[in-house]
Amino acid sequence: MGVVAYIAGRLVAYVLVILVGITTVFVVPRLLPTNPVEAMLGKLTSQGAYMDPVQVDALRRSLTDAFGLHGSVLAQYGRFLHRVLLTGDFGPSFAMYPTPVSTLIREALPWTFGLLLTSTLIAWTLGNLVGLLIGLYPNRTSSRAMEAVAVCIYPIPYYVLALVLSIFFSYIWPIFPLTTTVQGAPWTLDFVGSVIWNSFLPALSIIIVVFGWWVISMKALSQTVVQEPFVHYARLRGLSETRVLGAYVARNAMLTQVTVLALQLGLMFSGSLVCEILFAYPGIGSLLYSAVVQGDYNLLMGTVALSIVAVATATLAIDLLYPLIDPRVRYR
Amino acid sequence: MITLDGVRAGYDTPSGFVAAVDGVSLTLADHEILGVAGESGCGKSTLVRLIYGEFGARTPLRLASGSIAARFPGADGGAPIAVPGERLRAHWWDLVTYVPQGSMSVLNPVMRIGAQFVDALPGRRRGHGMDAEIAAFLAEFDLDSQVLRAYPHQLSGGMRQRVLVAMAAFVHPRVILADEPTTALDVVVQKRILILLRQVQRRQRNSVVIVSHDLGVHYQVADRLAVLYAGKLIEIGPTDPVFARPLHPYTQGLIEAIPRVGDDQPRGGIEGRPPDLAAPPPGCRFHPRCREARALCARAEPALEEKAAGRFAACHFR
Amino acid sequence: MRGSGRLAAGLSMMAVFAVLGFGLPWFAPNDPRQWQTVPRNRLPSFAHLLGTTNLGQDTFWLLTWAIRNSLMLGISVAFLATLIGVLIGLTAGYRGGATDRVLSFVMDSFLCLPGLPVLILLASLLQGSASLPLIAVVLVLFNWPFPARQIRAVALSMREREFVHVAWFSGESGLRIITRQIFPYLRPWAVANLVNTVLVTLAVETSLAVIGFSSAQQATLGTMIYWAVKYQALLAGRWWWIGPPVVAIIVLFIGLFLVGSGLELRRAASRGRSIA
Repeated sequence: MGVVAYIAGRLVAYVLVILVGITTVFVVPRLLPTNPVEAMLGKLTSQGAYMDPVQVDALRRSLTDAFGLHGSVLAQYGRFLHRVLLTGDFGPSFAMYPTPVSTLIREALPWTFGLLLTSTLIAWTLGNLVGLLIGLYPNRTSSRAMEAVAVCIYPIPYYVLALVLSIFFSYIWPIFPLTTTVQGAPWTLDFVGSVIWNSFLPALSIIIVVFGWWVISMKALSQTVVQEPFVHYARLRGLSETRVLGAYVARNAMLTQVTVLALQLGLMFSGSLVCEILFAYPGIGSLLYSAVVQGDYNLLMGTVALSIVAVATATLAIDLLYPLIDPRVRYR
Repeated sequence: MITLDGVRAGYDTPSGFVAAVDGVSLTLADHEILGVAGESGCGKSTLVRLIYGEFGARTPLRLASGSIAARFPGADGGAPIAVPGERLRAHWWDLVTYVPQGSMSVLNPVMRIGAQFVDALPGRRRGHGMDAEIAAFLAEFDLDSQVLRAYPHQLSGGMRQRVLVAMAAFVHPRVILADEPTTALDVVVQKRILILLRQVQRRQRNSVVIVSHDLGVHYQVADRLAVLYAGKLIEIGPTDPVFARPLHPYTQGLIEAIPRVGDDQPRGGIEGRPPDLAAPPPGCRFHPRCREARALCARAEPALEEKAAGRFAACHFR
Repeated sequence: MRGSGRLAAGLSMMAVFAVLGFGLPWFAPNDPRQWQTVPRNRLPSFAHLLGTTNLGQDTFWLLTWAIRNSLMLGISVAFLATLIGVLIGLTAGYRGGATDRVLSFVMDSFLCLPGLPVLILLASLLQGSASLPLIAVVLVLFNWPFPARQIRAVALSMREREFVHVAWFSGESGLRIITRQIFPYLRPWAVANLVNTVLVTLAVETSLAVIGFSSAQQATLGTMIYWAVKYQALLAGRWWWIGPPVVAIIVLFIGLFLVGSGLELRRAASRGRSIA
């Protein structure tokens, strides 16, 4: 019963969050004084393409249609929701006409997903391990040094770190590529190697920053858990220190960190977007960037909406997996 | 048996050392249930920690003077063992176990009861067959073997407390220390746990120390009762005579405060609160609250003297 | 002890930035935002402490101006976001019931939304005409839920605290209890949160700026990096252009973080003392 209520609650929240997000994407452009259709037409004509008025009118109609701008705002909203939620269709990309936005996104998604998943897993595991050790042995020299490093790297924004890394590894000591160019046929050894090679710097910059945050939060957390009565009682019963730290301290602290991970996903996603742009990594971030630069509204709306859905879905996934690892939720 | 001799122990605070237990000498005999009574802040829990050996460099509790020694018949040929102060000896749990208070917070919330049960067992006793043995043992505590697969929050307060008692009793220790084992439980559950504890003690023929502020608990189970006030042992003796005719005015006050069925008189009790241990009053520490205090009480500290056979009290005038 | 050490280090770093950002721009010999006022691409010298940019700006004076704008943006967003967050969090936690459920849902939804893509959407639709105040408003929109959520949790537990009960039974009004009893208790937390929000705000604005989506008319630390990267300061080895804003941001962030965590450590220490 508890699990059903828990899952139902999460699902309702998930749907509502996506609705809020999609509504934001719908509302923001309509609050602005600029009309995207006229802006688009202006952009096309200013690029020197000659179009007779009939053509312009036809284009205006199809653009209005593509943006879903005809009818009342409410009708537009209904159509927008229907299109986005049920078909995932954002129309064709303007910059890469007539490729549908959904195709572009589908190509970019695995890159972002892979980058973020790998770097998050590495940073979460390493950061929590180091944080746990620092929290348990705060007076060791190595702990103090590690903590100082974490304190210094944690507040640095992703892109500054990415910039510093790119300056270092691509100009001063050029061993890693500054932009992403993948070689080899898909799914050959060359290809995979090339993907890893090219993902190295963006992943590293995400890992380093996120690592600092996990170290700091885990340190504080483990210091609290160590003082819990059940840890004290376990020690009184003469359990080995390894057992106490592993099964009693670490297990409890890690569980909290999983929920924190769910809360941090949005921030990390935003950070990875910036990294992708700086390293020209072919993921959602770069897609978003090119959409902005080329004034590709459909692509823009699509990527932003997808970002919201992706983060909400990842959060939901963690929330749904959580009862499997924390018995307190399972039986509440 | 465990002997405390002139034990003075306490905590280092910013304003200096504060003795929570001051000059206490007492012996825990074999096969007895010793009740330790007193208001909060009188040093009851500190006494339990001392007996368990939970003091020294790695803990906040410091033994300033005196000694604590254990002598168990059979084990080590009965030679006295200095109670470990620096760290808990690996097999101390075999000899002395501990039932803490607050069953919700002392069990790991994300670990099954069975695993936590096994955790406390010495390595040689783990392995196959253990589960059956534990389940059989739990049955004596009216606990279904399902409990082993449960998590702490799935059990009621009474069940958790019984699990803790079972954990402490399973290894057949020489001494079980129980610190407020029934506080925060309702009276029916409380009584059940006390009876279980008593049964365990009779069956295993070991010693039990029960700490409780509730004299009713001691009346039900304790063979002897020790009363602490402001870190001092002020009375100790067999339970029934102590209840029938308390020697120390403080003990008398505590007993008078117990509500009785059919008695609608307001309870007397004791005015005021125990003193600040950092600056205890001179002379008898109880004299500011004592109805019978005289001039001498503020000047001289009474020694714990044998006033009748097996009965000791620290009072100038009783 | 370590908390106060951190706090002192952080505060002195912030003091340097305050002087750089709020004191020095008044003494600038000319408006550093104007292009071509000084010779281009000069190495650092006495005349130009940090050299000049490819666009003919004095890097040092441009930097002071950028620090000023970045700090102003960060502080105003943090102040507003914390204020709104505390008010909404208190309302939700204190009123409970349906109010709490609705407000909590709004907070959680906003927390789940990735703020940067939405900001990019907005900035791109405005095509570079996004002003700093507008960016500030959007940043406030994305930064109030975090303090609100935390304050709500605190307020929920505060309702059960003894001193609040005492105030309640002595007949004080709800508003009075919040302002007189609860708020003083939350103040240290609010200050720490304020500092952390300055940090987050600066991070997001600079992220936006670096990829060219912040206000193009205003100099911030982020836009400084943007122009430097755009005009190939890296390739041309003009370290005096790209270096100062990057170093300034890193130092600024470490300073802010030290202040924030120093405050939190001090709060934890004082809480520990009151219990002991």
